[in-house]
Amino acid sequence: MIAEAGLATLWIAGALSLLQLFLGASALRPGGEALMRTVRPVAAAQAALVAIAFLALIQLFLRTDLSVALVAANSHSAKPWLFKFAGTWGNHEGSMLLWVTILGLAGGAVALLERSINERTLIATLAAQAAIGLGFYAFLLFASNPFERLSPAPAQGQGLNPLLQDLGLAFHPPTLYIGYVGISVAFSFAVGALITRDVGPAFARAMRPWVLGAWIFLTLGITAGSYWAYYELGWGGWWFWDPVENASLMPWLAATALLHSVTVLATRDSLRAWTVMLAVVAFSMSMVGTFLVRSGILTSVHAFAVDPQRGAFILLLLALYIGGALALFGLRVGTVKEGATFEPVSREGALVANNLLLSVILGIVLVGTLYPLGAEAVTGEKLSVGPPYFNSAAGPVALLLIAIMAAGPLIRWRRDQGREVLQRIALPVLLAAIVLFLVILLVPGIRILPLLGLVLAAGTAAASVAPLWKRNLRRTPLFTWGMVIAHLGIAVSLAGMASEAAFTKETLIAARIGQTARVGPWEIRLDAVDPIAGPNWTANEATLTARRGTSEPFVMTPQARMFSSPPTETSEAAIATSADGQLYTVVGKPDAEGRWQLRLWWKPFVTLIWFGGGLIALGGLLSIIGRVRRERKPKWDEVYA
Amino acid sequence: MRRLVLWVPLVVFLIFVATVAIGLYKPSERTIRSQMIGKQIPAFALPEAVPGKPALGSDALTSGEPRLLNVFASWCVPCIAEAPQLMELARRGVPIDAIAIRDRPEDVAKFLGRWGDPYQRIGSDRDSSVQLAMGSSGVPETFVIDGKGVIRYQHIGDIRPEHLPAILRAFEAAQ
Repeated sequence: MIAEAGLATLWIAGALSLLQLFLGASALRPGGEALMRTVRPVAAAQAALVAIAFLALIQLFLRTDLSVALVAANSHSAKPWLFKFAGTWGNHEGSMLLWVTILGLAGGAVALLERSINERTLIATLAAQAAIGLGFYAFLLFASNPFERLSPAPAQGQGLNPLLQDLGLAFHPPTLYIGYVGISVAFSFAVGALITRDVGPAFARAMRPWVLGAWIFLTLGITAGSYWAYYELGWGGWWFWDPVENASLMPWLAATALLHSVTVLATRDSLRAWTVMLAVVAFSMSMVGTFLVRSGILTSVHAFAVDPQRGAFILLLLALYIGGALALFGLRVGTVKEGATFEPVSREGALVANNLLLSVILGIVLVGTLYPLGAEAVTGEKLSVGPPYFNSAAGPVALLLIAIMAAGPLIRWRRDQGREVLQRIALPVLLAAIVLFLVILLVPGIRILPLLGLVLAAGTAAASVAPLWKRNLRRTPLFTWGMVIAHLGIAVSLAGMASEAAFTKETLIAARIGQTARVGPWEIRLDAVDPIAGPNWTANEATLTARRGTSEPFVMTPQARMFSSPPTETSEAAIATSADGQLYTVVGKPDAEGRWQLRLWWKPFVTLIWFGGGLIALGGLLSIIGRVRRERKPKWDEVYA
Repeated sequence: MRRLVLWVPLVVFLIFVATVAIGLYKPSERTIRSQMIGKQIPAFALPEAVPGKPALGSDALTSGEPRLLNVFASWCVPCIAEAPQLMELARRGVPIDAIAIRDRPEDVAKFLGRWGDPYQRIGSDRDSSVQLAMGSSGVPETFVIDGKGVIRYQHIGDIRPEHLPAILRAFEAAQ
């Protein structure tokens, strides 16, 4: 019954999205004003229904109802409940339902909460959101039905990919999807404002909290995903330039650019067309990412069950939505009036430079991700573009971007004097120079990118807190704090990346029981390897005693796990975190002489990468609170961040 | 002029859609008849790619026994995807040698430790010169080479489970 009820609810939600589109379009026609009041309730009802459908699917997974094909193919009754729950979105159909649920909820939230924007633009926005929803409802109902029954029901399910049987699965995909799909609101706002020719500061102020909200979740999702890959893949790396990772990075880059250009539009009424373009691009990147992951067109370690027909369906939706929005852009944006102008040396100038560099990085990542595809279409060759390309192409641009980011907040709006700017950044530059000198002195032979990374991290950290200098901290607006903390987070994260790249120590040995290995400042003794069993796996668990200098030794227990359903091996790294880094240990297979493969890494300050990511998201959160409070109380003192 | 510029994003996007549609609708036949099939492999001698693992020269591929030659790299994601299939081939007794492309010893060692090591010898091709001489331009690629050093079969792209029968047939035909 639950499956049928879920399916029925999904159909009704899909029908409501059609109604929402129809009502919205009619309300915008001359004489349609009477229909305006109907659009918001329909959007809210659609959100509620799609959420109910999603809850129904969760319920089926929690009960392990094996008469539902999706549950039988992806779950198993012997799985802990948390993984049954999270397994709901650990597969193609379930994660698409989550996708559509967030799309519906985002539209519902706009319908219920958005009060500041012109009502016609809001109606156009909700109609655009419904148009997107309609296509994806159709995709679910006709090509990816999550509620399909299986007859006869099997006695047992096939289980969930063991790499996904992890706490990370419970949080990472939903967080990422809220960001990924939440940015659809920006897309719909842009389309709505193009339709009603309403691109201006008021539109930017209305759009900003939604962009910020999606961006916060995107930041958190990428950060959590990176840490998950780091400890779960057992490979010690934190970013692999996998097509799926790139698919989450590209919307983030576009959303980051959008976040800054929308501020310029809201504050100074400049960059009108550019902001609209970025809003379209950001969600387009989400959809392109979805397509790349779901069509199986690129080989990835994140492979979903692939199906060219589904790929064709999503490609069709992409062509309709993105093509439609870009065509609307071409038609309408010429009629958008030019905004205010500004001098090259100004806050706006720095933000434009930031936007251009973010776009360049986005282009580099997009080209690298799609190049194998293009090459195959042209020459018939299959090939792979790896980290060597991404690191050497995107790395230097990213460093330049961060340098400009450091200086940006210290430059005045509209016009500034080059000399005065230099005076303001003198102290951070001096600090960076000291770090440069120290690192070269202490770490001879360090590679150029990590070196520049460390130097830039120091300078940026100093520059990012400089806007608070000589200010009354209690009267400093919350969104200024947000900017300071987010920029500081970039510096912290960069320091972690550079430190990990420059100072990681690695030891790979085949150890006998009782043997001791060294990695960095650590001594690690292999005490024992014992077989153990979990609910749906067995493992070889190594007992390691780690000691650093004269300090108290402690025990670490990495495992090599064998899952029964489906039969798969994974390595569970044991990680010890201390204030100055992480000790990362992995146990492998025994060799013919009874020695065990151990891989040991000492990664100084690697945790800063994710701590920085958290700071960036916190900065976003403070900013959104500050902005919303400001909108509610328009007479707050008029100090611009 | 400004008007035309506004349409550039749409044009770029349509090119993207066209490329992707070609990729989606082209038959997924991955075994292309290569110019190199039936030809003798070039003479080469590559240094070892990982300490402790024998290096690879063309003499090892002309020893009288048919072998598989896998062209891979530690930085290549499809190579990870095909690793289980190579392990399966090795388990069935197919001797596999490899050329690691533009790679570093520590990265190759990491890759083999993480994804399995089906290889008997690995040569390190730092500048792709042997790879290009073999008629291969991407990773991963896999060749079936008979005992006299003649290329009998070339598989382009990652080996998926459904490709194993064709590769095993080619290997047996090369006996």
